[in-house]
Amino acid sequence: MDPVNRIHSKTVVIASSNIDTDQIIPARFLTTTTKEGLGRQLFADWRYRPDGTPNPDFVLNRPEASGARVLVAGRNFGCGSSREHAPWALLDFGFCAVISTEIADIFRGNSLKNGLLPIVVDDATSRWLLDHPGADIDIDLESSRLTLPTGVSVTFPLEAFARHCLLNGIDELGYLQSRLADTKRYEAARAW
Amino acid sequence: MPTLFDKVWSAHEVVAETAATPAVLYVDLHLIHEVTSPQAFSTLKRLGLPVRRPERTLATMDHSTPTSSEQVFGNVPIKVDAAARQVHQLEQNAAEFGIELFGMRDARRGIVHVISPELGATQPGMTIVCGDSHTSTHGAFGALAFGIGTTEVGHVFATQTLLQRRPKTFAVNVEGRLRPGVTAKDLILAVIGKIGVSGGTGHVLEYRGAAIRALSMDERMTVCNMSIEAGARAGMIAPDDTTFAYLKDKPRSPKGAAWDAAVARWRTFVTDPGAAFDASVDIDASALEPMITYGTNPGMVLPIGSAIPNTVGDEAFDKALRYMGFQCGDAMLGKRVDVVFIGSCTNGRLEDLKAAAHILKGRKVAAGVRLLIVPGSQDIKRQAEAAGYADIFKAAGAEWRESGCSMCLGMNGDTVDAGQYSISTSNRNFEGRQGVGARTLLVSPFTAAASAVQGRITDPRGML
Repeated sequence: MDPVNRIHSKTVVIASSNIDTDQIIPARFLTTTTKEGLGRQLFADWRYRPDGTPNPDFVLNRPEASGARVLVAGRNFGCGSSREHAPWALLDFGFCAVISTEIADIFRGNSLKNGLLPIVVDDATSRWLLDHPGADIDIDLESSRLTLPTGVSVTFPLEAFARHCLLNGIDELGYLQSRLADTKRYEAARAW
Repeated sequence: MPTLFDKVWSAHEVVAETAATPAVLYVDLHLIHEVTSPQAFSTLKRLGLPVRRPERTLATMDHSTPTSSEQVFGNVPIKVDAAARQVHQLEQNAAEFGIELFGMRDARRGIVHVISPELGATQPGMTIVCGDSHTSTHGAFGALAFGIGTTEVGHVFATQTLLQRRPKTFAVNVEGRLRPGVTAKDLILAVIGKIGVSGGTGHVLEYRGAAIRALSMDERMTVCNMSIEAGARAGMIAPDDTTFAYLKDKPRSPKGAAWDAAVARWRTFVTDPGAAFDASVDIDASALEPMITYGTNPGMVLPIGSAIPNTVGDEAFDKALRYMGFQCGDAMLGKRVDVVFIGSCTNGRLEDLKAAAHILKGRKVAAGVRLLIVPGSQDIKRQAEAAGYADIFKAAGAEWRESGCSMCLGMNGDTVDAGQYSISTSNRNFEGRQGVGARTLLVSPFTAAASAVQGRITDPRGML
């Protein structure tokens, strides 16, 4: 995982609430055995028409979405299936952060482990972002701060350890391996 | 005073959490399947690591596997090429890393959340994880069981531990008793309708009260299975005599003196009197009706005799109704049915099939309706055949298949066509979940079977 620190990008807005991971990447694409190339299938059933051609009405197919690295979505983004293919697809497409008022637990954990920032903001900030697609925003991970082009700046919650891993591009596996002596002690001490 | 969750959590803390670091949590049982494991095995290979505790890992294939007997047992190759590759890759990985695999033609194969309990591998007080959100099912035994991503599957492979922040606790108190024709599925749909699809986010639910105590293990698994549909990390039910009777003499349950010791220990996994929860909700089971979803998430649910509510200015609500082809004010009863699916990790167990057989006995599936019945495991298939349910299904005109996730998620060849209405006992009515453009309505096995016979959405209580 590459280190993440500052993101400066315009936004893309998909305002729907409860966007589940089946929408982010439908199950029929989960027969892959790698992580690569899933960006092509991101939001496949919204992005493509039944004949496979791009749906020109869907925001990711519009020219103003080109180059945007931050996705702003309605409440409860990433609910449903635990498929890590969802953050893999978002990252492969080019997103590096998702902003919502609520982000589902498993998706949030999966995102953090891959360097996709799950950013939870208050209702007012979310409303402003949903109403201003294409806004240029700044995200500073070190200070957990999101700054709007209006100059308004808010902090977002981010677990200290996850932030440390993101800033330094560290996989948690190294930490768990460093605690293997504790794990062995635990196993030896267990009476059942 | 600790809750059930607190006790299981504390018993598995290898390293307690601090402000700077999450807890290192020990994993007793790691379930894996073909869809969310390949990339984790690739990581192990890249790093040159073994699976640290292969004997705590159990593998099967269920999601992308076909359910037609010809493809499972005959000489017909798996139709979906990519699925065939995935199945083959799990066979190779399991052999290479020394993991026990219940493969395609194994008599013990089935949906991962169905076979682990029936083997007795799922036990009270355990921590159980799987790269699958419906791992919450195993909470029915008083285990802390939750879905993880593929990166975490790799962590468990390599260390048998996970980094976790302690979730909050949420008591779901269900008093009273379900009335005839109202099932555990209706109960959990009502819970989700009440607390919402993100009502449980960050929490572990504990289902409590007289109505929960009265449920069988199959029913408790249905309830805990859908905890994730309320956004919860996990759902749990304290083990009791019902739990122990289920586990007694299962292939992997403790035997002899070890059984007595295990039960004595399992009895301690209850919430102590006076323990406080971070949140709670009260439900009166005796007031519940058969439930049905009408939208594109499980929280869009109502009693089957109701009409779709009139909401003004809710764009997500309007979008869901457009997708479903429904209007505000529509009555649910009498709506069109194209496909009926009975199965899945939510409702693919023997009692579910018994309920379907009860309705279908001596009746026929309505003309033009496809009824697909898929047992949760090969063991359940054999039991349903021995009990005569399979004959009832076939006589009614249903398709009776080999076990698997099947039509719950359209990735194995079992799909619903665009625009079709599917009355389904599965767990998710998301857009496209059962096939591109498919319209899913979630119900109990009773309601599914009754609707298949009538060819329209039907309250099963008139057909019991």
